[in-house]
Amino acid sequence: MRSRFIGYVLGASLASAPFLGPFPALAAEPVSDGVVKIGILNDLSGIYSDFTGRGSAVAAQIAIDEMGGKVLGAPVELIAADHQNKPDIAANLAREWFDQGKVDMIADFPTSSTALAVMEIAKQKNRVTMLSAGVAMAAINEKCSPLNAQWMVNTYALAAGTAKALLKTGRKTWYFVTADYTFGHSLEKDASAMVEAEGGKVLGVSRHPFPGGDFSSFMLKAQGSGAQVIALANAGSDTINAVKQAAEYGIGRSDKQVIAPLLTYITDVKSLGLAKAQDMYLTEAFYWDYDDRSRAFAEKYFAKMKRMPSASQAAVYSAALSYLKAIEAAGTDEAGAVMAKLRGMTIDDAVIRNGRLRADGALVHDMLLLQVKKPAESKRDWDFYNVRAVLKGDDVFPKPSDSCPLNAKG
Amino acid sequence: MDITLQAFMAQLTIGLIGGCFYALLSMGLAIIFGLLNIINFTHGAQFMMAAFLAWIGLTQIGPWLGYPDFQINFWVALVLAPLCVALFGMVIERTLLRRLYHLDHLYGLLLTFGVALVMEGAFRYAFGVSGQGYEPPEILQGPVDVGFMLLPKYRVFVVAASLLICFFTWYLFERTKLGAYLRAGTENPRLLQAFGINVPVMITLTYGFGVALAGIAGVLAAPIMQVTPLMGGNLLNIVFAVVVIGGLGSILGAMMTGLALGLIEGLTKVVYPEASTVVVFVIMALALLVRPAGLFGREA
Amino acid sequence: MSNTFKIVLVLVGLALVVPFVPGLIYPVFVMKVMCYGLFACAFNLLLGFTGLVSFAHAAFLGSAGYVTGALMIRFGNHPLGMPAAFAAGVAAAALVGLAIGGLAIRRRGIYFAMITLALSQIVYFLAVQFRWTGGEDGLQGIPRGSLFGLDLSSDTVMYYVTLALFAAGFLFVDRVVHSPFGQILQAVRDNEARATSLGYDTDRFKRLAFVISAAVAGYAGAMKALVFQLVSLNDVSLHTSTEVVLMTLLGGVGTIFGPLLGAGLVVGLQNYLATIGDLVTVVIGLIFIVCVSFFRRGIVGEFLHLRRRRAERHKRRPVRNATRDPAPAAEAA
Repeated sequence: MRSRFIGYVLGASLASAPFLGPFPALAAEPVSDGVVKIGILNDLSGIYSDFTGRGSAVAAQIAIDEMGGKVLGAPVELIAADHQNKPDIAANLAREWFDQGKVDMIADFPTSSTALAVMEIAKQKNRVTMLSAGVAMAAINEKCSPLNAQWMVNTYALAAGTAKALLKTGRKTWYFVTADYTFGHSLEKDASAMVEAEGGKVLGVSRHPFPGGDFSSFMLKAQGSGAQVIALANAGSDTINAVKQAAEYGIGRSDKQVIAPLLTYITDVKSLGLAKAQDMYLTEAFYWDYDDRSRAFAEKYFAKMKRMPSASQAAVYSAALSYLKAIEAAGTDEAGAVMAKLRGMTIDDAVIRNGRLRADGALVHDMLLLQVKKPAESKRDWDFYNVRAVLKGDDVFPKPSDSCPLNAKG
Repeated sequence: MDITLQAFMAQLTIGLIGGCFYALLSMGLAIIFGLLNIINFTHGAQFMMAAFLAWIGLTQIGPWLGYPDFQINFWVALVLAPLCVALFGMVIERTLLRRLYHLDHLYGLLLTFGVALVMEGAFRYAFGVSGQGYEPPEILQGPVDVGFMLLPKYRVFVVAASLLICFFTWYLFERTKLGAYLRAGTENPRLLQAFGINVPVMITLTYGFGVALAGIAGVLAAPIMQVTPLMGGNLLNIVFAVVVIGGLGSILGAMMTGLALGLIEGLTKVVYPEASTVVVFVIMALALLVRPAGLFGREA
Repeated sequence: MSNTFKIVLVLVGLALVVPFVPGLIYPVFVMKVMCYGLFACAFNLLLGFTGLVSFAHAAFLGSAGYVTGALMIRFGNHPLGMPAAFAAGVAAAALVGLAIGGLAIRRRGIYFAMITLALSQIVYFLAVQFRWTGGEDGLQGIPRGSLFGLDLSSDTVMYYVTLALFAAGFLFVDRVVHSPFGQILQAVRDNEARATSLGYDTDRFKRLAFVISAAVAGYAGAMKALVFQLVSLNDVSLHTSTEVVLMTLLGGVGTIFGPLLGAGLVVGLQNYLATIGDLVTVVIGLIFIVCVSFFRRGIVGEFLHLRRRRAERHKRRPVRNATRDPAPAAEAA
């Protein structure tokens, strides 16, 4: 692949680029460059490093080890880097990995701008991207790519999981506290649509700047609205601060008014502490203490990281494992063939259950409706949730959108 | 928009609480700038460091020392953490900043910026980014009825404590002999030295004092905001704008502007929440159009 | 032929062969260095040659990128799309520069810097709010279009076009510095009162310098948008504004080639540090501290300083005391 660039230079006078490669014989091999290389691009040093970060690479390594470190006789390698949440660094690294680093698939991407940037490049270079942390709807809608899989969840599914469950309990009036950027808007829009579809009513919205420091003003407004649900369409430290400050004012502590964060990772609950987070409903793609299989994976992870995996980190494991299995089934690591196999498989592993990959790249699978335990119920560290329901993928994931041209083909 | 007077008062009160933090932080910045001619970009990191020290004192230090029950409570931390941060600041001042006084302001700014990066990076490395919770002392837990709303006792305490500290600082710098020395030190350090005052030590202590104010704000903020390595950096931009509006170097200006901007921000959160951060910068631009020296600035 | 021109020729010559020597340097990396190098040169035009510190340069880089990108997405297919979008980007940056500079110029020194910082926050806010900037998703898949019939979608063609654009931009900055206008700017930097007493309307010159610097930063931003085919909030963030300070400082404030070298080092460092992870911010912070404390002339500045000292010793003149003056003299060759 290193030679591709020179290939273009000389392309006018010589034959097409692939023949200029240093190892032309390998073109016939099932595995390009004689190695299957998985790249992890995420945030190692910034605000998303707790739920992705180094843990994602560790999770991917567990998957590689489970495959015996080899696929189709070729070794499987792992490379990880910090995109520092800057799309141009992500794009630069991805290009270099694809052109010179023999990388075949890149996973993770906790920010949507990095995810969309690398998806674009991967499409050009005929490689695979798996968004284990990227939740942007654009990735399966207008920006969808045949070589991309959104391997955990998207904002719609997150909103749907929590919203439907709460609506079912008869909580019909809602108030949104929304982070004022695409991600927050998208969560809010999808959740409000569901609320209204079920005959509920959105009483008000407060859009706060990102990052916001003091949320008490918004939470008081939400309380004043008398809504039964205060939905937090934000993430990370914004969610944490909003919940924390709500607790300070005694908001959301009764059954009449509950707080529902629409995107919460287990690391957020850990940071808040059960005393503040107790009783909140939330939706996640993975909880380590769900069953024996998930626990078995989580213990392996815990042995290396001394913490339990977040849903994102667990999804990297599942993505890497499924990717390698698909290569084995396809008999090649060519991106198109691997994606075709992935689309044909039923994904069922320690993390993803009843999963099936759609044409637009959405992975439809079971989600968990969770409720945070009371401090007294928790038996050990990381024992945070009661699983309240298993949500069927078709009920929570969005219908294929017309804005993705891949869906039009039927 | 239907807003009751009650709700309006509640929002104003919340704005005032935010304003207290702005006031404390911007006063520290103003003092440091006024006497050292340095824009202290480390201010946010020092604020964060104090909050972390308080948290470490409450939850970590016992286990570290092998006495799990040992902890440094909020009240002790409120004194101790700012002192530690000030001490750390003074070491930086003595070893690094001191070498830059004869140079352009820019170099002091860049140095403190670098120090801030290192501090943030180090805390992030050690404690992650999700943040840590810090409980207010028991006596300040729970709400108090202030007529138009239920206000957490702790927030009432924050307002009282900040206003007290602001007033004390203003008095110290503007109304006492010590303050006069300090101001003379900026005008003509050599002359002051000739009067037998050790100017370098005075400058170090002043820096320490400014940093300690950031430290106090940090400890006060710990029970309100999640203690994270980025908590200071996020605030600092706004505080800079506050200082510019008030007039760099004006202690009274920093205090008044801080409080006023807190209120304005609070109101913006009611009317147009999206703009509640940027409103500060818009006001800054407007203020500069009307009064280039800042509202309380002395320099033309 | 000036020395600068010769060095540029050599650099361009070296850059020409990069795509032909596999494994030497990754060409996309070179393009990135060229974008950031020019960006740092624009910044240096203000800091090094006019004595103004701006924390708003990301606003210029980003606004040009957004405008160019958004126009290319809509009109990229038009044969004149690319040059028009490029020009519109540069013009947008110049306008933003006029607005920010016009306001900030009312104050001096550190006040000036703080005002630019605050105003650039407003630009950031707008970039988050506007629909056409794509919010935090940014703009992706920006088509590169074509220039004079050359299809830019090939990395190689883009590489040479970028190289030409870069060389033109770089020589323009050099030209400005060495023009009578540039001499006046340096007079303003060294002693504004004296320049005023000589009859120069210093505010007008500073404003013009600010706008030119903003336009060149925008030029780099438009280039970057086309090279990477993406623009994001990061391009208008304060973080980027501080990065350009680091680049300039590391390479040498007030030197012609310093910012370019600094940009190369910082971009390389980011790439390198990406794989070691975790401690990126600490390392960058330490570099700041070391540069400011021990190394204020920057690499190129230090080099020029040594060379000049040696030349002076050679002439057996008494060695002049190294100035303690921070404002690095214009050491442009």
